[in-house]
Amino acid sequence: MAEAEVAEKVRMFDIYVMEKRYKVPEGLTIQTALEYCGYRLIRGCGCRGGSCGACATVYNFTHDPTLRYGLACQTAVEQDMCVVQIPCFPTAKPSYDLKELKPTGEQVLEIYPDLATCFGCNNCTQSCPQDIEVMDFMSAALRGDFSAVTAESFECVMCGMCAARCPQGLSPYNIAMLIRRLHGRYLLPKSKHLEEKVKEIEEGKYDAEYEKLRSTPMEELRRIYDERWIEPK
Amino acid sequence: MPYPPYMEESIRKLEASRQRRMKEEIPLISSDERDMIVRKYHPDYRETGKRKLLLGPNKDETMPEELANQLEGNSRVDPDKVDLSKIDYDVDVLIIGSGGAGLSAALLAQENGARVLIATKLRLGDSNTIGAEGGTQAADRPNDSPVLHYLDTMGGGHFENVPELVWAMARDAPMAIKWLEDLGVNWDKETDGSMRELELAGECRRRVHSCKDYTGLEVMRVLRDEVRCRDNIDYIEFEPAIELIMDDEGQVAGAILVNLETNKLSPVRAKAVIVATGGLGRLHTQGFPTTNHYGATADGLAMAYRVGCSLIYGDSIQYHPTGAVYPLQLVGILITENVRALGGQIINIDGEQVACNLEPRDILASFEIRECTERHKGITTSAGNVGVWEDIPLIDMLHGEGTIARRLPSLVHKFRRFNIDLIHEPVLVYPTLHYQNGGVRMDANSATEVPGLWAPGEVGGGVHGQNRLGGNATLDIYVFGRRAGREAAQYAKEVKLGKLNLDHVRQWQKELEQLDIAKERPFSPMLLPNYARQPSDYLADLYTEKLQPGLVKLA
Repeated sequence: MAEAEVAEKVRMFDIYVMEKRYKVPEGLTIQTALEYCGYRLIRGCGCRGGSCGACATVYNFTHDPTLRYGLACQTAVEQDMCVVQIPCFPTAKPSYDLKELKPTGEQVLEIYPDLATCFGCNNCTQSCPQDIEVMDFMSAALRGDFSAVTAESFECVMCGMCAARCPQGLSPYNIAMLIRRLHGRYLLPKSKHLEEKVKEIEEGKYDAEYEKLRSTPMEELRRIYDERWIEPK
Repeated sequence: MPYPPYMEESIRKLEASRQRRMKEEIPLISSDERDMIVRKYHPDYRETGKRKLLLGPNKDETMPEELANQLEGNSRVDPDKVDLSKIDYDVDVLIIGSGGAGLSAALLAQENGARVLIATKLRLGDSNTIGAEGGTQAADRPNDSPVLHYLDTMGGGHFENVPELVWAMARDAPMAIKWLEDLGVNWDKETDGSMRELELAGECRRRVHSCKDYTGLEVMRVLRDEVRCRDNIDYIEFEPAIELIMDDEGQVAGAILVNLETNKLSPVRAKAVIVATGGLGRLHTQGFPTTNHYGATADGLAMAYRVGCSLIYGDSIQYHPTGAVYPLQLVGILITENVRALGGQIINIDGEQVACNLEPRDILASFEIRECTERHKGITTSAGNVGVWEDIPLIDMLHGEGTIARRLPSLVHKFRRFNIDLIHEPVLVYPTLHYQNGGVRMDANSATEVPGLWAPGEVGGGVHGQNRLGGNATLDIYVFGRRAGREAAQYAKEVKLGKLNLDHVRQWQKELEQLDIAKERPFSPMLLPNYARQPSDYLADLYTEKLQPGLVKLA
């Protein structure tokens, strides 16, 4: 196919990378469009699959100044899009020893006292590329409702956009991180069968059975494998 | 416009056969039949795109061309220009890489008294771990045992695994899960605290632990937070290692780091080095797209090979049977195996099942390749990619409405951005480069053949044989990361380092010159792939050439 025919088939968009104009074909993500423009990425690129939060990007359009937020690897380019990546944003990250903490709202306020200064402007929610209701989980954090914080923030990729937009300098994603850990360690019920199995293993309950399999001839091992009982769904 | 009109007929056939397929059970094939199908169709057994290594510990063994080039690459360091008497960091344990294995090792090394430095190429925690959706195996239910886990893993690996490694992993698995629970990981549980566990392909019990379909992300967030909370663990981001340093006793004694933004080199002296750099997906062996993160370029393999570590099953690559093929933006990304565990079937262009959805990964990948090549029953996209359907909506019919939304939120979210509704529509899949089964040869504590060097996680080899079961990769990294960290810290207390040198690099370059291949080989480690467009060839790649399956340069 000649390039002219390709051009007919694929629309080309004007996009602005840090205000510099490029032409890129329709169907690319912001990330692959940057590469199409010739950028070799160092910062602002991670898993390339929407899981790591490395490629947070702010964008708007020449005809519409409203800011939007997306992950560059998950956002398709559009005509007249203006993009800037924010690969890193300074935040406070206190140290703590989870073993010494209590799973209470007071504890969280002790570590993040500024949490109480949240006045509900909702900038955080509007800036979340994962569409998380950030302000809702901040209210839940203030109420000490850790289950709600864990559920609401579970898709957080910790890109830092909420902190970048918070007028109070809070770092919602770090606060949620602490609360999820408290929830996982203290509020989810412990798994008894897990504890029992750990004990059995440490007591060496399965060692002999392994030693026996270890010395079983290959032919026989294959038979045992093929005939093993498979738990029904 | 979810799927283009040319796919509609095939989707209608798939929908028409759904009622019948709900009850249709295709039996698993026997271990003998498995050997036959992988030999005929699996990329590992193809002759093309491979060559023999000309030097190093695995000389004369065949490797994928892209990996062979990295292993035989030129050093990025000129030993005459590095002053090893000026050390920038002096630590007990240096950890290269910050995925699940690296950070598990860091925490255990620190707990065992070591001063730890983590050097990582991207941000702390950027790794394949963070994208792992499926879960982590551990035999902890009453009707299960580490011995059954051992047996499943051996069988899945075609009995070519190193038994001691498999046992170490199966035995430590419940302890690793418990460790993560105590660190604050929110495992999926029932209200009484019992784990909600899935059975993935090749597993005789339900033993895969998950955190919705964000399992790797949840664990990585926790490990990263814990590392940041601890004294005596430092980390440097965007500063990968490019060469190991030896001492005159033949021990690994540090590494040379490079600042990716300023190009400054920093020598690190370390009593013990843990190389935890993960896999090689971004080498795109045999032209396949990959699920791997941006930094998965086999750095640790290249560095370890140069100091004399041999590889085991270095040519064994896992092509995950369900990588996305459409839309173009998602090519290569992983459709978690949980979809198949929940009943998602693999369907050809005519609405027929391709194989049992619970076949191990290499078997199903082989069936899909047969369906799309020899049998011509695949669906070809306008970009020239080919694939088969994975019938996700079937899950809601089997388990009740709402199951897909509840169990697979991450997946649904990713496709919704491109107007594909996975609750009602299937997804097009084809094998995608997912994992390196082999790696640096190691013992049950991840110690390599060279003193002072450990290689836990994907960079290490032997535990999975030539095929890894779902849920054993994230387990591998926690178990062997912990073992390596513990042992390296202990070793660091006892070892006496001699004079640092880079003689092995001089020797290596000399051999490349003698073989007259230095000029043909690239620099290695690769560090980052280069997807920046060489102007004018991009449209040609994407649209004008008749591409073979999987040859798209995106993703």
